[in-house]
Amino acid sequence: MNIPNSITTLIAGIVITLISLWYGQNHGLLPVAASADASDVDDLFNLMMTIATGLFLLIEGVLVICMFRFRRKKGDLTDGPSIEGNIPLEIVWTAIPTLIVFVLAIYSFEIYNQMGGLDPMASRGGMMAMHNHGGGHNMDSMVAMGDTNDSRMAIGIGKSPGDGDEPALLVDVNGLQYAWIFTYPETGIVSGDLHIPEGRRVQLNMKAADVIHAFWLPEFRIKQDVMPGQVSKLSFVANREGTYPVICAELCGSYHGGMKTTMTVDSPEAFDEWVQSRTVAMQSQDSVAVNPSDLSDAAFLQSYAEEMGVIENTLEQLPHVIPDDAVSVLPQ
Amino acid sequence: MSDATIHHAGDRKWTDYFTFCTDHKVIGIQYLVTSFFFYFVGGVMAEMVRTELATPDPDFVSPEVYNQLFTMHGTIMIFLWIVPAGAAFANYLIPLMIGADDMAFPRLNAVAFWMQPVGGILLISSFFVGAPQSGWTSYPPLSLISGKWGEELWILCLLILGTASILGAINFVTTIFKMRIPDMDIHSMPLFCWAMLATSALILLSTPVLAAALILLSFDLMAGTAFFNPTGGGDPIVYQHLFWFYSHPAVYIMVLPFFGVISEVLPVHSRKPIFGYRAIAYSGLAISFLGLIVWAHHMFTSGTPGWLRMFFMATTMLVAVPTGIKIFSWCATLWGGKLQLNSALLFAIGFLSSFLIGGLTGVMLAAAPFDIHVHDTYFVVGHFHYVLFGGSVFALFSGVYHWYPKMTGKMYDETWGKIHFVMTFIGFNLTFLPMHYLGMQGMNRRVALYDPQYQSVNQICTIGSYILAVSTLPFLVSMALGFIKGEAAGRNPWRALTLEWQTTSPPQIENFEEMPVLWAGPYDYGIDSESEDGDEDVEDMLTEVANVA
Ligand code: HEM
Ligand SMILES: [Cu+2]
Ligand SMILES: [Cu+2]
Repeated sequence: MNIPNSITTLIAGIVITLISLWYGQNHGLLPVAASADASDVDDLFNLMMTIATGLFLLIEGVLVICMFRFRRKKGDLTDGPSIEGNIPLEIVWTAIPTLIVFVLAIYSFEIYNQMGGLDPMASRGGMMAMHNHGGGHNMDSMVAMGDTNDSRMAIGIGKSPGDGDEPALLVDVNGLQYAWIFTYPETGIVSGDLHIPEGRRVQLNMKAADVIHAFWLPEFRIKQDVMPGQVSKLSFVANREGTYPVICAELCGSYHGGMKTTMTVDSPEAFDEWVQSRTVAMQSQDSVAVNPSDLSDAAFLQSYAEEMGVIENTLEQLPHVIPDDAVSVLPQ
Repeated sequence: MSDATIHHAGDRKWTDYFTFCTDHKVIGIQYLVTSFFFYFVGGVMAEMVRTELATPDPDFVSPEVYNQLFTMHGTIMIFLWIVPAGAAFANYLIPLMIGADDMAFPRLNAVAFWMQPVGGILLISSFFVGAPQSGWTSYPPLSLISGKWGEELWILCLLILGTASILGAINFVTTIFKMRIPDMDIHSMPLFCWAMLATSALILLSTPVLAAALILLSFDLMAGTAFFNPTGGGDPIVYQHLFWFYSHPAVYIMVLPFFGVISEVLPVHSRKPIFGYRAIAYSGLAISFLGLIVWAHHMFTSGTPGWLRMFFMATTMLVAVPTGIKIFSWCATLWGGKLQLNSALLFAIGFLSSFLIGGLTGVMLAAAPFDIHVHDTYFVVGHFHYVLFGGSVFALFSGVYHWYPKMTGKMYDETWGKIHFVMTFIGFNLTFLPMHYLGMQGMNRRVALYDPQYQSVNQICTIGSYILAVSTLPFLVSMALGFIKGEAAGRNPWRALTLEWQTTSPPQIENFEEMPVLWAGPYDYGIDSESEDGDEDVEDMLTEVANVA
């Protein structure tokens, strides 16, 4: 077999390593990371991208070299060398990938665990809270879930706040064809877009009214299916102010592509202001004759419903007060 | 009627190809041509999908029709193109490769084939009642509320095709185990047969589970039961488990036969023995076994608890090891060979270079924290097209070019074949590479309308897909030119060593004049071994066989 001399091999190896290391950090494929967890996921991806780039260059390089260097000469009808294998080589290319996937699996496990994927609340939350009546912080969220909680497990990813921490901001998320409705159980605010403060843990308790949806925050690298009849949850801490897309990632019907809204991460002060303004608006709605006339929620959404094909009885399940911008985010 | 066709010497009539014929070679061609027909149907749908996505608004077709299109595209490409195309090669080649005169159960074989058009027609007829629109995964509750009859036809089609694939698998396994010529032990069998063993095991173990899921889904749909319907207390997640218990193995069902094709093509056209015969054979079995315990990696964001996600992450990553062994062994087969860069080998190398990318992104997807970000996005669409198109379809074309002389007795047109390769390679990468970027940035899949910021990249994909569409023309030209005026191929134009090349091209009805003699291993290229009956070396024997034709 034609083994290129060791100097060339060495140089090629160094070049491939350098390119991989550089590209693994500079691929620019991911959007900004707006939480610490997101940055951790990016680190994992960067490592995988580095390894992948190396293997890519190696194999594609071998293929290209083969196509030029080992092309058959015209009229040459003889065979190549009869090499049927090479045990040491085969052991190497079995062992190295095995090692790589072990490292990746352990690293991924670490990150998943750190994101709270194995938090009892995330993996066995419902059950835990049911049986663990003395249990501290889990209880809040379970109570908040109110009637949405059945005996099934709450599934999802994200930590519960530690014992000394500020309690998480709870938001109930309701997914329906083709909109997200957010209810803040502590203040009673209902909104079509999500507002959260920077730096404080947020916990979303999510349920679907009709079919399966998925709640995706690309800038936070988290996604969780939102299912009818079963609560799922996400919990995260934003560390970057801004307005980010909220996308439904599970096929939910014809306007699935239009099922999106935004999540605004405010400074704590700005968030408080927002809560204030919402609460005031709600009160005035209650006392003054209700804005868009006296229509029921269902009637209020009817025109949108027809346009989008929302099933009528899902509207009946909506929370009671629908502020204007709950609908303004619907696709027109 | 079938008895008459089983052992009747003489010429093949062209009408045989349109009847219930039990000759495995006829059935192989029937499978191949039928699946190519559906490839074009599914391809037209893909082009309509891409045309819709050229702009962010749903303006080319309505969102409902868009959902029907990708649902039908996915279903057709999987169940009526790749899976039956694998069966086409298996039917045509297995008996020839092991020196048998037909499959073990010829009549069952013909039954399995004729279920293809039935299933296909049922599926396509669903357009008249409102085609299914809940994706090829058909998750309840959505699939229960988006058109009863289209969904029911989809279920029926899959049940029929699933049954056909089980019948085929029984046939392949029995034939491989029972009908090899006595000289051929299991370790001197061509690797394609090993690949079909691994494939058949998967089919037999997993397809019944899909059938169960679909029958229950059908009850929910038609009789209002609530196996999967949460409004009646059912659990939609159970459907997902059952579905993926089949459908993850299905991706190996779709790719393993083509791994087998690649293992046949590479040694012949690089004139070198396959590197690591046993490693390739056993790693196929390992993939097949691991393939059964990784299904929930499709459910990392679904109703699955954390520990379960971690378990399936670990098993999924392990699949990379046997897959890596194969890729490295194939590269080592090429290395140092004497490569004849004809269309067959070009497509095989194209396979290696594209499948590699699908494998690398596959490992990334196995890492749950990353998959949670890109699940159900265009990253995944990019990934699985690199596996299914870059993997299976490239290898399929390689196999078609490689065995075309055997099947037709004539040579295809090389120039047009090469043009076909170049266009496919460019179009394919242009279509699917940018999708990874789209998905990571935030574009979800199965959407008729998307954020305008993604338009320019989507247009690159759409242009790529048009190049892909046009690339089928040089393919058809190459095939047609070969058929009309291709030079006679002879028995063994490639000087290959597997048994199918010992008989005439196309093979006579009973396959071999007399029982073929195994005078060399399937990949003994470059070995100056003595043949069994004398002192000629393999090289001379080869030329001799080539001259006989
Ligand atoms: C002819 C070139 C092809 C093009 C341009 C193409 C394009 C696409 C696109 C853009 C989608 C995504 C649709 C969406 O999510 O909205 C898609 C989905 C899909 N494609 Fe292809 N594709 C091609 C060939 C194939 C082949 C050969 C297979 C092989 C089996 C295949 C299997 C699938 C599957 C399974 C889906 C998923 C459908 C679903 O989401 O339910 N495609 N294709
Ligand atoms: Cu959706
Ligand atoms: Cu899978």
